Amino acid sequence: MRRRSDVLDLDPVSPRRWPGIRVLIPRSDAVAGSAASVLAVVVLWQVASTSWVPSILFPTPLQTLHGWAAMVREGVLLYDVGVSLGRIAIGFLLGTLIGVPLGIAMGLFRPIAVVLEPYVQFFRFVPPVAWIIPAILWFGIGETSKIFVIFYTTVFLVLLNTMAGVAAIARNQIRSARCFGASHWQLFLWVSFPATMPYVLTGMRLGMGNSFAAVVGAEFIAAQAGLGFVIIESGTWMATDRMFAGMLTLGLLGILADQLFRALSRRWASRYLMPS
Amino acid sequence: MAYVTFQEIDFRYGLPGPLIIRGFNLEVRRGEFMALVGPSGCGKTTVLNILAGFETPTAGEVLVDDRPVRGPERDRIVIFQEPDSLYPWLTALENVEFPLRVLGVSRSERRARAAEALRSVGLQGHEAKHPGHLSGGMKQRVQLARALVLEAPIVLMDEPFAALDAQTRLILQEELGQIAVRTQRTILFITHDIHEAIFLADRVGVMTAGPDSTIKKIVEVELQRPRVRGSAAFGELYEQINQILSEEVRRVLRREDSLL
Repeated sequence: MRRRSDVLDLDPVSPRRWPGIRVLIPRSDAVAGSAASVLAVVVLWQVASTSWVPSILFPTPLQTLHGWAAMVREGVLLYDVGVSLGRIAIGFLLGTLIGVPLGIAMGLFRPIAVVLEPYVQFFRFVPPVAWIIPAILWFGIGETSKIFVIFYTTVFLVLLNTMAGVAAIARNQIRSARCFGASHWQLFLWVSFPATMPYVLTGMRLGMGNSFAAVVGAEFIAAQAGLGFVIIESGTWMATDRMFAGMLTLGLLGILADQLFRALSRRWASRYLMPS
Repeated sequence: MAYVTFQEIDFRYGLPGPLIIRGFNLEVRRGEFMALVGPSGCGKTTVLNILAGFETPTAGEVLVDDRPVRGPERDRIVIFQEPDSLYPWLTALENVEFPLRVLGVSRSERRARAAEALRSVGLQGHEAKHPGHLSGGMKQRVQLARALVLEAPIVLMDEPFAALDAQTRLILQEELGQIAVRTQRTILFITHDIHEAIFLADRVGVMTAGPDSTIKKIVEVELQRPRVRGSAAFGELYEQINQILSEEVRRVLRREDSLL
């Protein structure tokens, strides 16, 4: 049987969980291994950018670091990071707020699923980048169009995962609650919603990851600030060191956001991630 | 006088298809421990599900205290074979509290009653553990405590010990026997295990092989409690039930052979 802890690959919450290969690698060794791997890639990058393909189009790690430091000194990087994160946060939250209840409603009530499923199935194959131009045409070049694209990115991932969560609720959990005389609302609030939580969190986590990709796409076109704007603007001026610095910042922010999400999930939602 | 009555129950899943159960009649007295045994697939769990209100019979009626069963109600609590009816996000104590929470019992009272129910099934000290951190036997005890805390007059048990190791099964059988005598609940107990049925039940109903399954014979278990598995009387009852059951199992095997 599929366990909750497998659905969202958070750190183990149960001593019974099969430890996998992680048990063979002590945590300190794992950190050292990851650090060594990153160092090796940086060295490889240095060699490639200086010896194999030396070009202004391919900055070295040191040049990238200089570009990054310059942007920090000028105060532009922090501003652009703030702008991008703000857009991601609003779009992501809106996508989650709409996706979760809609996913539960579609999972619980067949008529709602029948009506909405064709649209969900259709639109989930239309990538967010395809919506950038229509969004600009409809909402203008301001914040709304960017937030819309991030909302669109998040909402289907959250919705589909939530639906999957509702479908995966153990039938006996529902049956027991019905034996106890639970009303529809009690069934929803005390059984369906908490049982779906691991799937909701998985959807949110995937949605957040994809939001970082979407924000760059949205900021490539008609933006005056944001990490996507930094990347495209630097590319236009052949400032490839700054372009790479923007990309690295994006990746690092993504890792940080993911780690923060995992930490918050463990802190506030660990009981919903318990194995059955 | 019968407390639970199955009247000429027919049941099939969906319209085209054979009847799983045909003309099923059974009366269970108040406070009686009734076991049902039968070949695999004969519809024992379906009988339980019909009484629980999870399934609607194709024909016939089930009465509890002369009132027809229309759906699940809190006078009939089910203990499932798989302990997946427990809520993994709740602790053992919170799981047992759950039915009282649904009833609107105050927090302090439900805490006290749930703790007492857990104690009565030997789970004191495990209140704060989540189901995922309990063994199979402990999970079944939590299910039992949850049934006890609600004081439902009827407890339906669907092979509750089938997935447990032999030693745990024996211990839980002993404990269930004591609880059944102490609480005087009406129990419908589904099992494959003839020993288990004789050890626990006041009567054992043997079902025919499906489809068109029904009660073939009801055997009275007139043994003193606590029962001794190795006694001669126990052995005779075992032989009697085993013979009836073997005929049904052989009937299934013959039918399967003829299909090959």
